[in-house]
Amino acid sequence: MNDTKSTTREAEPPMGMMLLDPTSEIAPSGRSRAVRMASLEGLTVGLLDISKPRGNVFLDRLEDHLGRRGATVLRYAKPTFTKPAPADLRHEIASQCDAVIEALAD
Amino acid sequence: MTVDPGRIDELRARFSDSGLSSRRVEVGALEDEAEAMFDRGWTDGLPVVAPTKARVARMLDGTTRSPGDIVTLVPPSLVECTIEKVAVNAVMAGCRPEYLPVVLAALETICTDEFNMHGVLATTMGVGPVFVVNGPITQQIGMNAGINVLGHGNRANLTIGRAVQLVIRNVGGGQPGGIDRATHGSPAKLSFCFAEDEGGSPWTTLAEDRGFDRSTNVVTAFCGEAPRILVDQKSRSADSLLRSLASGLLSAVSPRTVLAMDGLLVISPEHMARFRDAGWDRARFMDELGAYLMVESDEILVGAGGIEEGLPESMGGLTLPKFRPGGLLVVHAGGPAGLFSAIVGGWLNGPMGSDPTSREITP
Repeated sequence: MNDTKSTTREAEPPMGMMLLDPTSEIAPSGRSRAVRMASLEGLTVGLLDISKPRGNVFLDRLEDHLGRRGATVLRYAKPTFTKPAPADLRHEIASQCDAVIEALAD
Repeated sequence: MTVDPGRIDELRARFSDSGLSSRRVEVGALEDEAEAMFDRGWTDGLPVVAPTKARVARMLDGTTRSPGDIVTLVPPSLVECTIEKVAVNAVMAGCRPEYLPVVLAALETICTDEFNMHGVLATTMGVGPVFVVNGPITQQIGMNAGINVLGHGNRANLTIGRAVQLVIRNVGGGQPGGIDRATHGSPAKLSFCFAEDEGGSPWTTLAEDRGFDRSTNVVTAFCGEAPRILVDQKSRSADSLLRSLASGLLSAVSPRTVLAMDGLLVISPEHMARFRDAGWDRARFMDELGAYLMVESDEILVGAGGIEEGLPESMGGLTLPKFRPGGLLVVHAGGPAGLFSAIVGGWLNGPMGSDPTSREITP
């Protein structure tokens, strides 16, 4: 992940686009959450280390637990915890995993 | 225009009281707005144009009506739909502002007891509203009545029909798999809208036939399935072509149905030439055609020919017309070359189903 250059280019946080709701506004505008997994058996779970210290310790333990429950684990890491995950990394996780767990803490 | 709003629209959106009351939905800075709209279920399966305030404000320039005015109650949820909500969906469909009056009239036409959009949406049969537009507006806004008239390539035709359907989906809540449970669906559920070729026709227009003046802008809604081609490349006389078209029309929806379903016949210019050469007007054509559209009920009774579908025994011994009086709409449209016409089969007609419905298009 050698894209530090590209992510530092944006001096200010980019603004989100504001849309007008095309619906009757009966339902909440937020997207519904993904359906919860009934079981971990046979699933691929991504563990995303945001590159804070000792995140790997937490994720190592999770990997043990998930493995015992039948999940295949793939490990990922953000280049830096100060910036959002690069689009390529998000795409990689989304296309390779059924679920993802992100380790936030020190 | 809708994908690249002018600077003035951006300034108006930022600094003027636009009167737009739709809920604001912010797309995250890292989200792709097209993907975000797919995720929210706002699309018909194709990408939509992001409905920003500037684009919606510009769309509303296409009508003299106020954003807050109620257009109609939109099925299936029977929600009050404002001009603004129609404009939002028209932006998403890709309309230009000058199309908006047609979209509004088309929507008003189908949200009626006569047309019964609720039933048209909810039926398992693959039908949808088919819009035929008549009047000077078709040329003013660049609608297509010629080559590929029922197909692709024309922005006005496609986006007007699409905008109406997006309103049904987004405002009315008519989502496929929800209230819309069509077995096969139909391209008519995406967009099916075209103009009649009035200038090239020797006949009165569909709108005139339905009681409107030729100078009036009119949209007619017909509940129909996808178009089917009727091939006749050899008839050189009006009578031969008439018999040929009639034999195709008899099988519309099913050869076993009579009177229960209407039809929409789209005659191409080269087919129309046969009737023009014979000096037939619309009334003569309909009279002559009617004689070939009579069916002996005994041939289509339940069990006749080993087929269990059919009319009840009690209807034996009758000679019945395929279409009820006024149940076959005829329009002239299509490219200049090609000895084909097209039939759009209907759905249940009358109070049980849907009646063809026309409405004047106003600014």
